[in-house]
Amino acid sequence: MLRALRSIVARDLRLSLRRRGDVLNHLVFFVIVVTLFPLGVGPEPNLMRIMAPGIVWVAALLAAMLSLQRLFASDYADGTLEQMLISAQPLGLIVVGKIVAHWLMSGLPLTLLAPVLGLQFDLPQQALGVLTLSLLIGTPVLSLIGAVGAALTLGVRGEGVLLALLVLPLYIPVLIFGAGGVAAMANGLGAGPHLSLLGAFLAISCVVAPWAACVALRVAYD
Amino acid sequence: MLEARDLACERGDVRLFAGVSFALAAGELLLVQGPNGSGKTSLLRLVAGLSRPAAGDIRWTGEDIRKLRENYARELLFVGHANAVKDEFSADENLAVARELAGRKSTPLERADALERIGLAARARLPARYLSQGQKRRVALARLCLAADTPLWILDEPFAALDARALATVVALVDEHLARGGMAILTTHQEVAIATRLRHVIALD
Repeated sequence: MLRALRSIVARDLRLSLRRRGDVLNHLVFFVIVVTLFPLGVGPEPNLMRIMAPGIVWVAALLAAMLSLQRLFASDYADGTLEQMLISAQPLGLIVVGKIVAHWLMSGLPLTLLAPVLGLQFDLPQQALGVLTLSLLIGTPVLSLIGAVGAALTLGVRGEGVLLALLVLPLYIPVLIFGAGGVAAMANGLGAGPHLSLLGAFLAISCVVAPWAACVALRVAYD
Repeated sequence: MLEARDLACERGDVRLFAGVSFALAAGELLLVQGPNGSGKTSLLRLVAGLSRPAAGDIRWTGEDIRKLRENYARELLFVGHANAVKDEFSADENLAVARELAGRKSTPLERADALERIGLAARARLPARYLSQGQKRRVALARLCLAADTPLWILDEPFAALDARALATVVALVDEHLARGGMAILTTHQEVAIATRLRHVIALD
């Protein structure tokens, strides 16, 4: 079982590495969106320090969403997904493997990049830590929920926009508690409750999202 | 042993076929024939378990394939219209991934033999994006060389885009499969000489 999971993850990672451009594009997009805000709002250090967690989180959300389209679409187009549906491996396992690989190629790099971008906003060290931790817990939720959206919009015309409409509202709680953690800490409340709630979202979506994505994939082919 | 009873299939509001029944035992071949749009591919997808019939049921060794799920999938090799070949992977890698999905291991040597037999030995390490349509089809069909232990083969237009030599190889592969007691279902527009006498034909219209 674990071996099968590992081979699915390895396959998707290998595929991503062969299409390095795709992965890099989303990271560059993330950096650019974050950088646009100081340019647009004006370089007011105090304002920037307050806005920074929100900006980084919104940019991470958008970048994660952009990368969702390649989660199932290319396998759908060339028929690999069809083979996965009638594979000897349980579909749930394959979907989980694909989600893990997606996170490793989108959520994890975003998380690692976030402290660097936070420095640009002059965030104090503690805030940087909380921001990174919240992304570490929150970005897997983005991949999990996103997988359901990606599966539901397979083969639909104009899937990009539809995917955004479907998935972004579901991302709202993650955004609120992800970005809110840093603000709470700055107000002396501590980020613990926010991070625990993020953890709870992660736990719930770990259970529900792969199952929902499987159902959506079967429907897409029926 | 595969059994289908009173299958019906609908696409949108159109009923493609109804009342299709057949039974397939070890060593038997089922040819599905009919003009374009008559539902050949749809029938094959039903039997592969990819879509649900509008009516009727399909049984494998007496049990509904919907209940068997992965246990049925393990006994099944499906080559559809889409090749399931990734452009970024080489023929060898594609074959390895396909075997993993089938829940079986393959050694590099086995894969090299399979690609050799299907006539791709010289292109085994090349990313598939540099292969022609016919060569990509061969990568998909190379799975047949490794699927001796998979009893049911479902092949949708396996001979499309193949040249005469590759076609002969695939016919030989199906022949061998039937001779060792396997089952095969295939659609084709070409007249192919598959040696078995145990053949059923379904004509859709």
